[in-house]
Amino acid sequence: MAKVLVVTSGKGGVGKTTSTAAMGAALAQAGKKVVVIDFDVGLRNLDLVMGAERRVVFDLINVVQGIAKLPQALIRDKRLDNLSLLPASQTKDKDALTEEGVGRVINELRQSFDWVLCDSPAGIERGAMLAMRFADTAVIVTNPEVSSVRDSDRIIGMLDSKTVKAEKGERVEKHILLTRYDAARAARGDMLGIDDVLEILATPLLGIIPESQDVLRASNVGSPVTLNNPVCTPARAYTDATRRLLGETVPMIVPSERKGLMSLLRGRRAA
Amino acid sequence: MDIVNPEPTRQPIRFRGRSYVAFVFSPAAPIVGWLELLDTTLARSPGFFVGKPVVLDLSALDLSPSAISHLVRSIEAREIRILGIEGVDAERLSPQLPPLVTGGRTLQVQQVQPVEPKKPPPKPPQTSLLLDSPVRSGQSIVFPDGDVTVLGSVSSGAEIVAGGSIHVYGTLRGRAMAGVNGNSAARIYCQRIEAELLAIDGYYQTADELDASLRSRPVQAWLDRETMRVTPLN
Repeated sequence: MAKVLVVTSGKGGVGKTTSTAAMGAALAQAGKKVVVIDFDVGLRNLDLVMGAERRVVFDLINVVQGIAKLPQALIRDKRLDNLSLLPASQTKDKDALTEEGVGRVINELRQSFDWVLCDSPAGIERGAMLAMRFADTAVIVTNPEVSSVRDSDRIIGMLDSKTVKAEKGERVEKHILLTRYDAARAARGDMLGIDDVLEILATPLLGIIPESQDVLRASNVGSPVTLNNPVCTPARAYTDATRRLLGETVPMIVPSERKGLMSLLRGRRAA
Repeated sequence: MDIVNPEPTRQPIRFRGRSYVAFVFSPAAPIVGWLELLDTTLARSPGFFVGKPVVLDLSALDLSPSAISHLVRSIEAREIRILGIEGVDAERLSPQLPPLVTGGRTLQVQQVQPVEPKKPPPKPPQTSLLLDSPVRSGQSIVFPDGDVTVLGSVSSGAEIVAGGSIHVYGTLRGRAMAGVNGNSAARIYCQRIEAELLAIDGYYQTADELDASLRSRPVQAWLDRETMRVTPLN
């Protein structure tokens, strides 16, 4: 049974695209057949993060409108051949997407893949609605700050009412992925705590991804962080989150500040 | 030329019984008066009996054969055809008259009651609304008929509008508006207050106006004439 997973958040810049790429690659590394779809029509990014921007010929809109066939538009990853990308169009806008067309594309992808990951655009408009419309599972990417948490809450409400599953009376499985978690700021109390976030959202936690230069570095070279440097902390956090998604029980590691010599010295001076 | 008359193949004749429904006239003495009554009926709905089978029941009368023929002619003059006569001896009927019929049964006219669709027993109007999941940002719960109870939290950016009181067994972070139909006795209860706005019967208080010492505590809000009071619950 293929699973359709939407990566969504409401708010922009929280790490949806990075997380889609990282989890897509991690699922592929676990041996699953994976396709990642960019729903951010007009502002596509997933192709860049996946390092496939030079190979885009057809896109999601072309397939939805019937101009291209699905196999023509799918781009196979060079590093993992069970990972594919369906890019968004940069020139069209989101109104070119139709519910019927998206449904058809997703159904077709369900036939040949184990996981269909939909990278939602920010906001709650048409693109975001259609990205979540056919989802079985949702990963809500949240930063530990009030604006992001409130937007996530809004999105959870929509997942419970506007998806095909919700309309049939079933439930979309929902998970919180806490990203850009800064242990130092958390220690200073500058950020919402993990408990606060979970208490507000009342949804199970899938993983905590620390704020890290490794994520930026991976994006810049066009590689999902889980492929670029599989042993770095964020890559491990993403891999753990993916294993939880597959039903494994993996202990949750809360990133903590590494106490270097400098901070120890600084701490002593302050005392 | 010989005309060959082919012998037709003889089919046995079949008889079948069949019953029909007919009107029955039962004239009563005096005949003249009865005929006048018939005339007034016909004046109201002329042609009502045209083409309808009619049987004459003479059991209530003792008429001579000539009187019977006169009566039948009088009725036929009113364009009503007599199908048969019942309730007299056969010998009183001349061959020109309609035949004698017997064995008639009165038709029970059943008053057809329009079948009323069975209505489900009327539900008592709902006076409270129970929500067992958190109310998310952007959701608006409007229940003007009574109390609203929320078992989870009410998120920032969500709102509850109730005709009666509002009970929140989680954290109230959004807006709560109770007693919207002018019910000044409505109250707002919550396990933990972080509300953006509290309102009862049009009187409201924003988060800024809320006493800082009450924050994150279980409280109730109620209306003291025209002032909203927020007091801790423990």
